[in-house]
Amino acid sequence: MGSTIMIDPVTRIEGHSKITIQLDDAGRVVDARFHVTQFRGFEKMTEGRPFHEMPSITARICGICPVSHLIASAKACDALLAVTVPQTARNLRRIMNMAQITQSHALSFFYLSSPDLVLGMDSDPAKRHLFGVAQNAPQLAQDGIALRKFGQQIIELLGGKRIHPSWIVPGGVSHPLSREDRDTILAMIPEALLRAQRTIAWYKTTFGQFTEEISAFANFPTLFMGMVNPEGNLSMYAGRIRIVNAEGEIVADQLEPATYQQWLAEAVEPDSYLKSPYYQPLGYPEGIFRVGPLARMNIIDRCGTEIADQEWSEFRALQRGAVSSSFHYHYARLIEIIYCIERIRNLLNNPEILNDHVRSFAEPNAFEGVGMSEAPRGTLMHHYKIDKNGRIIWANMIIATGNNNLAMNKGVCQVAKQFVRGEKIEEGMLNRVEAVIRTFDPCLSCSTHAIGQMPLQVQLLAPDGTVLDEKFQA
Amino acid sequence: MSAKAKLATVWLDGCSGCHMSLLDIDERILAVAEQADLVYSPLVDLKVFPEMVDVTLVEGAVSNEEDYAKIKKVRARTKILVALGDCAVTTNVPGMRNPFKVEDILNRAYLENAATNQHIPVAVIPPLRQTSLPVHQVVDVDVFVPGCPPSADTIFYVLTELLAGRTPDLLGKTRFGI
Ligand code: SF4
Repeated sequence: MGSTIMIDPVTRIEGHSKITIQLDDAGRVVDARFHVTQFRGFEKMTEGRPFHEMPSITARICGICPVSHLIASAKACDALLAVTVPQTARNLRRIMNMAQITQSHALSFFYLSSPDLVLGMDSDPAKRHLFGVAQNAPQLAQDGIALRKFGQQIIELLGGKRIHPSWIVPGGVSHPLSREDRDTILAMIPEALLRAQRTIAWYKTTFGQFTEEISAFANFPTLFMGMVNPEGNLSMYAGRIRIVNAEGEIVADQLEPATYQQWLAEAVEPDSYLKSPYYQPLGYPEGIFRVGPLARMNIIDRCGTEIADQEWSEFRALQRGAVSSSFHYHYARLIEIIYCIERIRNLLNNPEILNDHVRSFAEPNAFEGVGMSEAPRGTLMHHYKIDKNGRIIWANMIIATGNNNLAMNKGVCQVAKQFVRGEKIEEGMLNRVEAVIRTFDPCLSCSTHAIGQMPLQVQLLAPDGTVLDEKFQA
Repeated sequence: MSAKAKLATVWLDGCSGCHMSLLDIDERILAVAEQADLVYSPLVDLKVFPEMVDVTLVEGAVSNEEDYAKIKKVRARTKILVALGDCAVTTNVPGMRNPFKVEDILNRAYLENAATNQHIPVAVIPPLRQTSLPVHQVVDVDVFVPGCPPSADTIFYVLTELLAGRTPDLLGKTRFGI
């Protein structure tokens, strides 16, 4: 028996988690594990609720990406109604989804990860936060706050409220977009685009400082999964699933979301409330895959908007085959912000967006429905069964962050082996172990349909369990 | 040492929406940072709750043993404790599990809705309590701010009043739900 280091809680991520690092007698890392510590039970507690409450209830899984849950849930309800959602409503949902992705990516990049990038992985933990960035790189902090605000304002203009709007409903959306609100959003676009482009230009100049992190931050072959449209372009709202391997070759394409149980399965580990989905044909744990911005940039044939596509070509030139380092989630996230802003503009420039036919009405026509869409962190699925009175009898949700669980665990282990030396624990080593988790931007409120924190406690234990060294990060 | 007030935010069993609504004060967050040091929060890296904090905002209900131990400690070290949002004030969504047995809830997720290694996770992670509780049923609360979430303007108002040493008057500024 060697000793164990515990990082508790992992901070600057959205959720409750711990990391344990196992050392052997010589102080070398033999294993490291990522534990999600909260569980909320939405799959059970929604039992008996009328199906049309599901979007509002499941939005409360997560306050960071409530819109993603609204969308996946409403799509599962659309399938229960078995109606066609009007085209304008589909495009309005798309706009809200992309506003959501923009604000959530801004939170991840600027608020949570930029302190590591601007101030350094080894900088003073007491100052390593957004306010530290605001002092050292004020423009960057302002751009981050403004981009998050841009996304939240669009959500508010469409849905009346920034967090937990109730505008997306089974069959469509509750009310159309006014000309005035459309013009307000269009007027916000140029500045947002400028801020996003300025950020990506700066970000690309920093790669040189992080070569070691790039090479060791969850940098290994896996499958990548995400949604594409029929042309193979990036698609955040509707489409089918594509899976590519580490060489960038397509393994499966145009998989129908409703058939997910045939190719995706979930495994449970004893030390985490977060389940581990895997690609069934390869089995567990060989069916490890990644989702989210990095995966999406790896699976698509192109983004489908002008500026994002230019950035995407540069991104794909980083590596032959799929780009494999999770460090590049950050880069992919910034490209997606640009894509979302461009795409929102393009959708709003079509006059049909003001059409007032935005909802189809029906009673339930099916007893089972699956809804799938791309959330900021990757592919999200809601699956419901109802009785003849329209009450939920069973629900399953596979959450974007969960899809990355196997890769996050493997990534934590890789970083710990690279950077942690048992004989002397430095704060910066442990911060890197946390930073690899931050690249995935795990949303643990979502993934455990859960969230918080506890002291970071690092203990080195002798084989007999006595404490050799103890350190609190305070 | 600066004479700035010490501010903390704590995240129990909530969806993070109340924290996001705090961030929705947008650039005013930098003004808050001028008035107070954020000494403990999911947004910063300090991992030990300090000995004495002036104002702590608490999001979420008390649902597992870790939440319970944490809120006891936070209360003991905080002058003004704010229950922020409906989950902290009433349990709201986390409380929806209370009619079910904990066992049934775990079975659904880890036995029925899983294909490999079906078992209930038990190692390292904190066990769930039988019922999810609002914060005031576990410790004394000084200020209640309902809303799901309370709006950014309401949170900003509460913070500036408390940091200025005044008691916020929430009449008409927030309500349950919505
Ligand atoms: S009160 Fe609402 S917004 Fe706040 S944590 Fe609870 S569900 Fe989320």
